[in-house]
Amino acid sequence: MDFFELIKVSLEALKANKTRSGLTMLGIVIGVASVILLISIGSGLKTYITEQLEGLGANSLFVIPGEFDIDVGGGGGGGMPGAGAAASKFTFDHIKDLEREGKTIKNVMAYTENNGTMKYRGKTKITQVSGVSPEYPEVRDQKVAQGSFFSTSHYNSAKRVAVLGRTVAEDLYGLEDPVGKNISISDQSYIVLGILEEKGAMAGIDLDNQVFIPATTAMRQFDMENIQSLWVQSIDSNSIPETEEEIERILLKTLDDDEFSVLDTSSILGVVSSILSVLTAALGGIAAISLVVGGIGIMNIMLVSVTERTREIGLRKAVGATPRAILTQFIIESVILSFLGGSIGVLLGALGSLAIGRVFTTTITPWSIGLAFGVSALIGIVFGVAPAAKGAKLNPIDALRYE
Amino acid sequence: MKKNNKILLKLVNASKTYLPEINPVEALKPTNLEIKQADFIAIMGPSGSGKSTLMHIIGCLDVPTAGKIIFEGKDVSKLSEAELARIRNQKIGFVFQTFNLIPRVSVLANVELPLIYAGVSKKERLKRALEVLKKIGLSERINHTPNQLSGGEQQRVAIARALVTNPSIILADEPTGNLDSKTGEEIIDIFRKLNREGNTFVMVTHDQEIAKNASNIIRIKDGEII
Repeated sequence: MDFFELIKVSLEALKANKTRSGLTMLGIVIGVASVILLISIGSGLKTYITEQLEGLGANSLFVIPGEFDIDVGGGGGGGMPGAGAAASKFTFDHIKDLEREGKTIKNVMAYTENNGTMKYRGKTKITQVSGVSPEYPEVRDQKVAQGSFFSTSHYNSAKRVAVLGRTVAEDLYGLEDPVGKNISISDQSYIVLGILEEKGAMAGIDLDNQVFIPATTAMRQFDMENIQSLWVQSIDSNSIPETEEEIERILLKTLDDDEFSVLDTSSILGVVSSILSVLTAALGGIAAISLVVGGIGIMNIMLVSVTERTREIGLRKAVGATPRAILTQFIIESVILSFLGGSIGVLLGALGSLAIGRVFTTTITPWSIGLAFGVSALIGIVFGVAPAAKGAKLNPIDALRYE
Repeated sequence: MKKNNKILLKLVNASKTYLPEINPVEALKPTNLEIKQADFIAIMGPSGSGKSTLMHIIGCLDVPTAGKIIFEGKDVSKLSEAELARIRNQKIGFVFQTFNLIPRVSVLANVELPLIYAGVSKKERLKRALEVLKKIGLSERINHTPNQLSGGEQQRVAIARALVTNPSIILADEPTGNLDSKTGEEIIDIFRKLNREGNTFVMVTHDQEIAKNASNIIRIKDGEII
């Protein structure tokens, strides 16, 4: 008996109970859709964070206060990331030391981060104020769209000058050209020197919604004694391990081991991606439970179906169906249920992640779709075998007598 | 009548014992029986007499625990379930008391069913099913589903399904049991007509009037032919 006929017979049987087939499929639809959706969110998050970190520059290292143990995949061994929790001890002397003594260090940038109130002609905006060095556009690979960035002399003498992100410029100045105008930052008057090119929004965070001032100025403005963190640029990406050693050697002269940590982009990436892989796997695992539940739903309905059609099975056997033909027919029936459910689930999951993708980065990975299809077909087979075997084993005489 | 003496089926000391180890129940005592081409045999007997067991063995739905069943010269008593299915498919047509049609598909699809398991092509299936439905007088009803038909019509669909593989023997288990007497007679008339054309019938019934139509009546009691 050919396969096509078996599929036709199975489809007829499923069509005879449309509501039941639909509801049974729903379990698989929900399972597959949530697997696709959660995996796409997980890998979207990973892509986003990777991009962000790479945007910081491949040759960059970060020196942050306190202890931050990087322990990729070393479950339980590492300390909790305590970045930022410790008070900073960095001073401009450290920057000078690093720049003078470090052979593989291209430059060192001070970095501070505060919130301030921006005012211009009655318009007010609270936004992030980043204290940086003149090298910032080079380090971040972000060009100045209008005007210019502040210079080393502005920086050294802690002038009150500011460079605006695109969003801040538009919100406060509208169509006006802000370059050369005044801006009040937390009640201090600054002169706008330029506007940075757009970086766009990611994960709902507007990267253009910030104001850049010299780190030296920021120290005074926000009354800080120490620099929050240091961005070190290595001469090239191959020298990063050497640079890391140099930074540690130089800083240890004046600081304790637990007062600073050096992070490089790749080790941050390693930590982040190992965390996100675990997260994605956990999300996928939770969703997979619903797939199993859906599979049990299929098994249940197939058992009901076999019992209901006991006489039909008896008849089919009497007119020549072999046990194998009955087995195949019922397995095909459950595979159709799960595969159709899986297809609808893939579609819904993809649509869902596209919808979420409008506000949050999602990546629909081809492997997750392939996996979902494969798994749903497999579920059909695995959970269909027991009911189908029950049907195939029926004795035709007893089956025909079944009331 | 093209009756000849060709032996289709032979039971040689065939017996059936249920639960042979624990509590043996001898449903059929060693039985010898010959069914020839174009026979019309009626099997009669009270409930529990073993007539169903005999019927199942003749229909290759069951195998004897001892003795042999020879179908067209071939011993089928030791065949596997799949091999028995093949024999039933090609050599035997079944007509049941409760019709046993598949309710969700058309009359045509019901008649085609045995041919699907025989691996006959779609085109050939359609041709043969239409042919046999015409013969049985149901050409007008091929797209109806069974529950749109009367009991007599449903039993005629079942007869068409039994005939479509051109089997050696047609087994009818109380074929008139669920029909009124007039419709029952119509069904028996069809059997007689088909029998005159050379088809072999074995029919289980406990209706004396129906059994009278057979050329040969086998009475069975307590698992023995009497």
